[in-house]
Amino acid sequence: MPEPRTLFDKLWEQHRIAHLDGEDLIAIDRVFLHERTGAVALRSLAASGRRVADPARVFAVTDHIVDTRPGRTGTLMPGGDAFLSATREETRAAGIRLFDVDDPDQGIVHVISPELAIVLPGTTLVCPDSHTCSQGALGALAWGIGSTEAEHAMATGTLRLARPKTTRVTFDGVLAPGVTAKDMALTLIARFGAGGGQGHAIEFAGPAVRALDIEARLTLCNMATEFAAMSGFVAPDAKTIAYLEGRRYAPTGADWDAAVAAWRDLVSDEGARFDREIGIDAADIAPMVSWGISPQSAVCVDDAVPELPDSGLGVEGYARALDYMGIAAGDRLTQLPIDVAFIGSCTNSRLSDLRRAAAIVAGRNVAPGVKALVVPGSSAVRRAAEAEGLDRIFTDAGFEWRMSGCSLCFYAGGEGFAPGSRVLSSTNRNFEGRQGPGVRTHIASPETVAASALAGHIADPRTVSR
Amino acid sequence: MTAFPPVPRAEGVAAPLLRANVDTDAIIPSREIKGVGKTGLADGLFAAWRYTDPVARVADPGFVLNDPRYAHAPILLTGENFGCGSSREHAVWALHEYGVRAVIAPSFAPIFRGNCIRNGIIPVMLAEPIVRAIAAAEGLIAVDLIARRVEAGDASYPFEIDAEARAMLAEGLDGIDLTMRHRDAIAAFHAADRAARPWIYLRPQP
Repeated sequence: MPEPRTLFDKLWEQHRIAHLDGEDLIAIDRVFLHERTGAVALRSLAASGRRVADPARVFAVTDHIVDTRPGRTGTLMPGGDAFLSATREETRAAGIRLFDVDDPDQGIVHVISPELAIVLPGTTLVCPDSHTCSQGALGALAWGIGSTEAEHAMATGTLRLARPKTTRVTFDGVLAPGVTAKDMALTLIARFGAGGGQGHAIEFAGPAVRALDIEARLTLCNMATEFAAMSGFVAPDAKTIAYLEGRRYAPTGADWDAAVAAWRDLVSDEGARFDREIGIDAADIAPMVSWGISPQSAVCVDDAVPELPDSGLGVEGYARALDYMGIAAGDRLTQLPIDVAFIGSCTNSRLSDLRRAAAIVAGRNVAPGVKALVVPGSSAVRRAAEAEGLDRIFTDAGFEWRMSGCSLCFYAGGEGFAPGSRVLSSTNRNFEGRQGPGVRTHIASPETVAASALAGHIADPRTVSR
Repeated sequence: MTAFPPVPRAEGVAAPLLRANVDTDAIIPSREIKGVGKTGLADGLFAAWRYTDPVARVADPGFVLNDPRYAHAPILLTGENFGCGSSREHAVWALHEYGVRAVIAPSFAPIFRGNCIRNGIIPVMLAEPIVRAIAAAEGLIAVDLIARRVEAGDASYPFEIDAEARAMLAEGLDGIDLTMRHRDAIAAFHAADRAARPWIYLRPQP
């Protein structure tokens, strides 16, 4: 009787080429680049006289600094053209498929990779972007790396890695209406800290995870990096297979059948041992919103800014967070007026996210003085949303409807929000200055952002009838 | 070939930046990454904290690196989960260009830690009370990678680091060269894997 193994054990052992001293040499099936860091890696690789071992398994996209206003041609970031042109030159020279600004498949890397089935169950996939862990939702081992590691992965088809420990996070029970995968992730991080997953690869399991559709699983896994985990993933199931079938880079014919057969083994065996187990009852989760400058500083939207002893922060960190965010202990979050509502990013910009937000917005208006924008995660999401009229629902309510890209998830210069402005954002990071100098970001689900845009202050989406 | 100057040992003043969850946006804000390269970043290091006006570069006297005792400190002392957030390697390139050769923290974000090892910065993991004790010690600090020990005043604190990482840092080894020693094993793996999982091996497509 073979020893029961975790899904992580299976993924790791299948890709292990050699044991090194303290590390393993792991085969890398897919590399994805974007223009902000990919061009640096490709240039450096070429400068050292090396080449990409297998360019057909490397992909690139322009997403981070592309203009997202209608009619765009390039970037608004000062100096950004150099990143775009370097990406074009270097991918062409290396023979790498680039999804450029005007490509119908362009979009945020972690949105288009599943859409095109570039990520598959059982693959190892890396990208010099920390949210690559999103793609673990498809049953892959996917994680963010640096530029130097990207060079290494492209030149050798491998990476040298210390084997992480394993955590299983089991969400039992059923989510209440209006509560989403984003709220599950924020609950986990708020309870166990932004460093809580350090040194671990995390399998998300349990009935509440299995009940999520693939897009919601992408949202859940996206936030694994905000938990400091190496990666997060969900075992592939019938939903995963149905999602991938027929997509551009998915296997076909006999390869598809063989792949599906292999994917059925990608589960943690009964009795497999994890280094740590975490259990959360999904029924206890409410819509979450962050109040501070780390994703761990998040509470139920109905709650108040916590007192120091409940904040999980030291005296200095707590004071810093309150000062930066312009709030005080005891403030009700739902009383905080907002200046901006932003729906987008690799966390929450997929069709299902836009549908849920639109259901709240439909027939209503954005509160006076609030700038509200929706940035679809990919050109395909944009087209699909327009085909079912979601764009009109948003624009009729007063939202801007944008082209796809990372957009104002972060501030790179060129386009931004005013210092001191309060932004309710469907993104993943509320760091100081993340969306611009002095900008105060609260992260939440798309429905919470939508409800807040209408109310003009942070609002509980459950109070808005649909 | 060496990828960076080897760092068997880092020695000098240690600047205390004792905050938890210092993210890479804080280490180098996105807007400070102005060119397609690994250099020209030191000036933007900690820009939002270091300057009261980052555009005009007006120094904030309250920030630790603006204290003349800690300017260009080769060692940084900081809080848990250092380097969280974006994977941007520019954070490590900026620290290195500024002169940092070792960062001592209770824990590191994993991507950041990997980037340190590939760029000549020793990531030293020590418990928070020890980091605070080092910050309180007078005089110069030494991080001895070979002996895996931090020396601060009369005290000496052992730390753990895996053998591969230690070898890469101490000798400035290029990871690709190192891996290419396993060329035959890689080729054998791919030959077997191509038969077992043919769908992984894509042909160039439009």
